Amino acid sequence: MAIEVRIPTILRNYTDGAKAVQSTGSTLGELFANLDSSHPGIGGRLVEDAKLRRFVNVYLNDEDVRFLGGLDTPVADGDTVTVLPAVAGGAPDAARV
Amino acid sequence: MSLPPLVEPAAELTVDEVRRYSRHLIIPDVGMDGQKRLKNAKVLVVGAGGLGSPALLYLAAAGVGTLGIIDFDVVDESNLQRQIIHGQSDIDRPKAESARDSIRETNPNVEVVLHTERLDSGNAFEIFEPYDLIVDGTDNFATRYLVNDAAVLLGKPYVWGSIYRFDGQASVFWAEHGPCYRCLYPEPPPPGMVPSCAEGGVLGVLCASIGSIQVNEAIKLLAGFGEPLVGRLMIYDALEMSYRSVKVRKDPECPLCGKNPTITELIDYEAFCGTVSDEAQAAALGSTITPLELKEKIDRGDDFVLVDVREPNEYEIVRIPGSVLIPKGEFLNGEALSKLPQDRQVVLHCKSGGRSAEALAVLKGAGFADAVHVGGGVLGWIKQVDPSLPAY
Repeated sequence: MAIEVRIPTILRNYTDGAKAVQSTGSTLGELFANLDSSHPGIGGRLVEDAKLRRFVNVYLNDEDVRFLGGLDTPVADGDTVTVLPAVAGGAPDAARV
Repeated sequence: MSLPPLVEPAAELTVDEVRRYSRHLIIPDVGMDGQKRLKNAKVLVVGAGGLGSPALLYLAAAGVGTLGIIDFDVVDESNLQRQIIHGQSDIDRPKAESARDSIRETNPNVEVVLHTERLDSGNAFEIFEPYDLIVDGTDNFATRYLVNDAAVLLGKPYVWGSIYRFDGQASVFWAEHGPCYRCLYPEPPPPGMVPSCAEGGVLGVLCASIGSIQVNEAIKLLAGFGEPLVGRLMIYDALEMSYRSVKVRKDPECPLCGKNPTITELIDYEAFCGTVSDEAQAAALGSTITPLELKEKIDRGDDFVLVDVREPNEYEIVRIPGSVLIPKGEFLNGEALSKLPQDRQVVLHCKSGGRSAEALAVLKGAGFADAVHVGGGVLGWIKQVDPSLPAY
């Protein structure tokens, strides 16, 4: 089964710049584990202690998986998974660079 | 879901105002009623920067009666690529004053209120109180959580936007009718994990794309038409030229707006969000040199390797002579360690000292006991050692 995973700009260094990659799995947790085997390191940016990191949101199609079943959420062929971490925008505060 | 208008209509529009706003008045959804509501509206814009610049100009042009501006910063040349409310002659002026002057030129009917103090937990309620709605154009997590918490605790809606390189996001947070920012992101990322625009950059026009969405939503809420962006997150991709929206649900466990809130007053947001991680702070303690000390080391001919941990495109803009580039990411994934000499001192630097402190923590952990980093980074070098180099 192929599921499209949309990668945010700040994690594209793990995917050679690709905005979307294909991976497989029957749950979100499996999908991310497989994603980490093909793109080593990306798993740790999404998952910590077997849970989704709290500042990273993951959407299955247009639903936030925190309200579906977290990493146990079933995924299926044709689904789109979007990863959306919190980003600071606006004008930079030099004190925080 | 449509919501009732936030603001009661003003008694009347003057003849001049009818002429000025005629293109609004002939839209049935706006009409005289909507324009009178805008005239009575009080909107606070947090930050006259990337998002605040277009937001303020369009809110002013639209005829919002009172605009508050919070900004304690001054205009820098590097702002002008995107902060279109400021101009060349405004460099070094307070942004709030520069923004006020541009607003007066755009629409003299607008009353502008300046708040030039730094927004903090001590003054947020007092500043927010008189306003109907808040537009958040802030750039850092501490202020963003502060704006969210103050808005929720005061029961006010706020329109949020965020930008990074070619990506933008926007939503309306209004706890009374939907989720708040903490429902979307319960916790900020740890310091050093997520880059800011100063590190990652932002396409100037992206500010207009997202800032104008924020104004669009503000106007709809004030005058009470259309479908507000409550409970939805708009995601804009300027490279693909696509807009998508995902659902944002109110989290029943939200510590601020959930069933059993644990946050009932404003907290210490600097401590909540951190600026540099504890590990980086510990590593930098006693292992930080100044740009002048680095210059002395170079002039003395000390044996050390100077490592720039910024990104390749930053290295291309300006660099300290003799430095080699190993981006911070290679320290975090361990690749950098094999590239570094074991028998020479390692000196790290970045743009202003944050990223190099994070990389230093990795080095110290790997046994590079005499490694140091340069406080103030390449910007400090330019200021103290070689002002002929371009700052960015």
